[in-house]
Amino acid sequence: MRALDAKLLRDLWHLRAQASAIAVLTGCAVAALVGSVTTWQALARTQAGYYESHRFPHVFAEARRAPREVAARLAALPGVAEVEVRVAGYGTVELGQGGGAPVTARLIGVPPGGARLSRVHLRSGRDLAAPGEVLVGEAFAEARGLGPGDALAVVVHGRRERLRVVGVALSPEVIYAIRPGDLLPDDRHFAVLWVPEAGLAAALDLDGAFDEAGLVLGPGADERAVLAGVDRILAPSGGAGAFGRDQQVSHRFLTDEIGQLRAMAAVMPALFMGVAAYLISLVVARLVATERAQIGMLKALGWPSLAVAGHYARLVGLIALGGAALGGAGGLAMGQWMARVYAHYYRLPALRFEGDWAVVGLAAALALAASLLGAAGSLRRVLRLPPAEAMRPEAPLDYRPSLLERLGLSHLLSQTGRMVVRGMGRRPLRAALGTLGLATAVAVLVVAAFMGDAIDLIMQRQLADAQRWDLSLTFTGPASEAALAELRAIPGVRAVEPRRAVAAVLRRGHRSVRTALLGVDPGADLTRLVGAGGEVVPVPPAGLVLSRQLARTLGVAPGEEVLVEVTEGRRPRLAFQVAATVDDLVGVAATVSRAHLGARLSDPGVITGAVLAVDPARAAEVEARVARLPRVLSATSRGALLVALRAMLDELLTTYMAVIFLLAAGIAAGVVYNTGRIAWAERERELATLRVIGLTRGEAWRLLAGEMLALLLGALPLGGLLGAGFVAFTAATAGNDLFRIPAVVAPRTYAVAALVTAAAVGVVALAARRWISRMNLVASLSTRE
Amino acid sequence: MEVAPRTPVFEARGITKTYRMGEVTVPALRGVDVAFQEGELVVLLGPSGSGKSTLLNVLGGLDVPTSGTVRWRDHDLADPDERLLTRYRRDHVGFVFQHYNLVPSLTARENVALAAEIARAPMTPEEALGLVGLSARLDHFPSQLSGGEQQRVAIARAVVKRPEVLLCDEPTGALDAATGRLVLEALCKVNRELGTTTVIITHNATIADLADRVLVLRDGAVVEERTNAVRRAPAELAW
Repeated sequence: MRALDAKLLRDLWHLRAQASAIAVLTGCAVAALVGSVTTWQALARTQAGYYESHRFPHVFAEARRAPREVAARLAALPGVAEVEVRVAGYGTVELGQGGGAPVTARLIGVPPGGARLSRVHLRSGRDLAAPGEVLVGEAFAEARGLGPGDALAVVVHGRRERLRVVGVALSPEVIYAIRPGDLLPDDRHFAVLWVPEAGLAAALDLDGAFDEAGLVLGPGADERAVLAGVDRILAPSGGAGAFGRDQQVSHRFLTDEIGQLRAMAAVMPALFMGVAAYLISLVVARLVATERAQIGMLKALGWPSLAVAGHYARLVGLIALGGAALGGAGGLAMGQWMARVYAHYYRLPALRFEGDWAVVGLAAALALAASLLGAAGSLRRVLRLPPAEAMRPEAPLDYRPSLLERLGLSHLLSQTGRMVVRGMGRRPLRAALGTLGLATAVAVLVVAAFMGDAIDLIMQRQLADAQRWDLSLTFTGPASEAALAELRAIPGVRAVEPRRAVAAVLRRGHRSVRTALLGVDPGADLTRLVGAGGEVVPVPPAGLVLSRQLARTLGVAPGEEVLVEVTEGRRPRLAFQVAATVDDLVGVAATVSRAHLGARLSDPGVITGAVLAVDPARAAEVEARVARLPRVLSATSRGALLVALRAMLDELLTTYMAVIFLLAAGIAAGVVYNTGRIAWAERERELATLRVIGLTRGEAWRLLAGEMLALLLGALPLGGLLGAGFVAFTAATAGNDLFRIPAVVAPRTYAVAALVTAAAVGVVALAARRWISRMNLVASLSTRE
Repeated sequence: MEVAPRTPVFEARGITKTYRMGEVTVPALRGVDVAFQEGELVVLLGPSGSGKSTLLNVLGGLDVPTSGTVRWRDHDLADPDERLLTRYRRDHVGFVFQHYNLVPSLTARENVALAAEIARAPMTPEEALGLVGLSARLDHFPSQLSGGEQQRVAIARAVVKRPEVLLCDEPTGALDAATGRLVLEALCKVNRELGTTTVIITHNATIADLADRVLVLRDGAVVEERTNAVRRAPAELAW
């Protein structure tokens, strides 16, 4: 082995504590990157594979009633590879146990022999074989404890039919199963059911006809042309507008979620990598300063400057690669675990996790590059250090009275205090970097913990400020305002407010979103539009109020117009002005005054649902009464909404943030340890001198602890600011249609981050007592520097 | 015993060196003319700040003069091209420093190997350490060696490449007299047996007695030059 290699390995061994701390940090950065990237890759691959194997269509169309023969015309459209038409609709489910809010069912007809497109994936039981059988979607089956052999009844158009559950199933079209008009999935009150087609067609009065079509496109097909063609063909049959996967609710939510994961994959790893690079810069700067004479000696011997710098670069490289190896393995494990959590939440069969070595390689290369970048300044110093300079001791530092002293405040400082302040004043950059390091520790803890605050705020805004009803009802169809009186008459109902929802496509230029216009009465108290800051946006007498997220998707601003293509009834196309936007946090909505909506549709007074305020003592009684009303299709209770919201936020955010918090804690510990270690190394000689002069260990320790305390005091406010900045960035990058993350940090979170960092500094300061006790005074003083 | 001076290998004419420290310029050399013969052992004597270390750095290619010419054979040492200077040091010069400058994480043998690895025709580290009487301490780390032993490792490291020039900056400065004599013994042995042109800096006038020639520097200039008729052996020196 070459002598320089031996030096390298022994230096590494000598620096093992600091090197390990840095390697762990680098490892955290690599793990966060590999974990996040492999998770989203796995999900994207799983999604694609699922679509492929279960034949998820590219284009979807709905019509009121289209003759079966029309299917052939759809298949003849250029670019269409395959068409399947079917009957599907909505009904209500009656479970054995009576009472409770009604359950809405999406019923999908399955032809004999099974569907060709959007095939079901059986989780248990068997396929449909005879009339009177039903396959139940897994989410509902689990929420209600249903399985093969159980029975349920379905009511469609007033006809009640008893069905026997033969299997539990999944399908790519309902990965994200949500009741139309709802903001969140409610597995207890929304069921997806697959039933034999013939029976369903009879119930829906669709014998010899279909109301839904799925189209698979061939390679190179022009989707827009196909959509236009389908609309043309289905127009006479009450076509509701064909749409591609981008408007299919389940696809859009899942794809958004995967995209959000991808955005998050950038933030945390970049932060971690930056901290690791920063620590490397500290440690290598220290090492180069200590080994100044050795560097000069090597150059004097005739080693080329590049070789000497290369020696230190290899040291950095080994630390980085050690960390990358650790992080690569950890990241793959983390990715596998996270992907499994997501796949479980979305009920994706056959998770395709492939630990991509390319990702690990890329992360390792990034870690190496970041580390070398961190060390670049020191490496440049090694390159430039003239051998003769290196043989001389460093010039004594230029001490000056500190600012406090110049201001005549020196009497405020003890002797120790003055030394600490002067020590930092003479090397302001180093003190600033130490402060910045600790501030980063505070900041990562703030970022990691703020999700809890965000979840609390989402719950507060959604459930306490915006949705103040206890029960939300959806009717089976349009009704008159007379229905409200009937609801008000139910004992226990304190207030009733009407709603009108109209299915529509909102269009602006080439952008469009399928959603519903929600008509509410201006001044309504049970449903309000509330922004992230708690401000209530009033519903104007005319014009739309859009969720800011929806306005962004459409690329529209207040004062501009959107085209509303109503997809029900007479299907009018109406221009609406956007009156305002609201930066709400959950779901996306287009809200309008109900009177204005009725006037534009020329049918004022129509309602499609209502929200109720209920006496808590009589809630169960009211729910049972409401469930028996024939007009009511579904009822969502506030409790169900709360459960659904919690479940979604916990599952999707808490998992990720728990991992990040662990990594952040690791980072904070690494930063604090290294900062203390370096403060110690900087002062070792000075402290030894003081000890020789006669200072006690305690007095020498106070000097070191004082410096760490001063760094910490500077770091706390700075860390809070940095943390707020990172939070704002995370919030800005991690929003989707399902929910937005508000950039709020509770004072408690700042306090926790500050306390954790301060405690870590305290632990390191205590460890410094041991460093001072074990200091060899003679050896410390005889080092030539 | 003496190796007779032959042709001059070093020739410096009118070299000056000025350091700039902030707004102050400090002249370290003010027009020095020197010539050294091959195989000669020269002692540079002078108080601290007299410019002897600067002169040694210039001769060793560690630093270039501000003005003047300096050559070693056909090498122009006033040319600031770092690559050429590095090659010069690597191929022809051995350095011994006052503070040894051993790598603490390497054993005696490895410290010497550090120089042997980049030399063209080196001896083995074991040979070089044998030359300075450290055959029994090959695998000791610097912290396990006495000051004199560490300095002898540094000499072995300087001579392992069979340099034509050996430049020593206060080689006994950090040592007691007895240990210092051992170190000087090793330097004289190298000068004698390998015919290496040797320049030793010291402020200890006694050491001057073992040189062929003595140059005294003061305030950046050579103020006195004398030739010793007889070189005394290190063992005869007392301080």
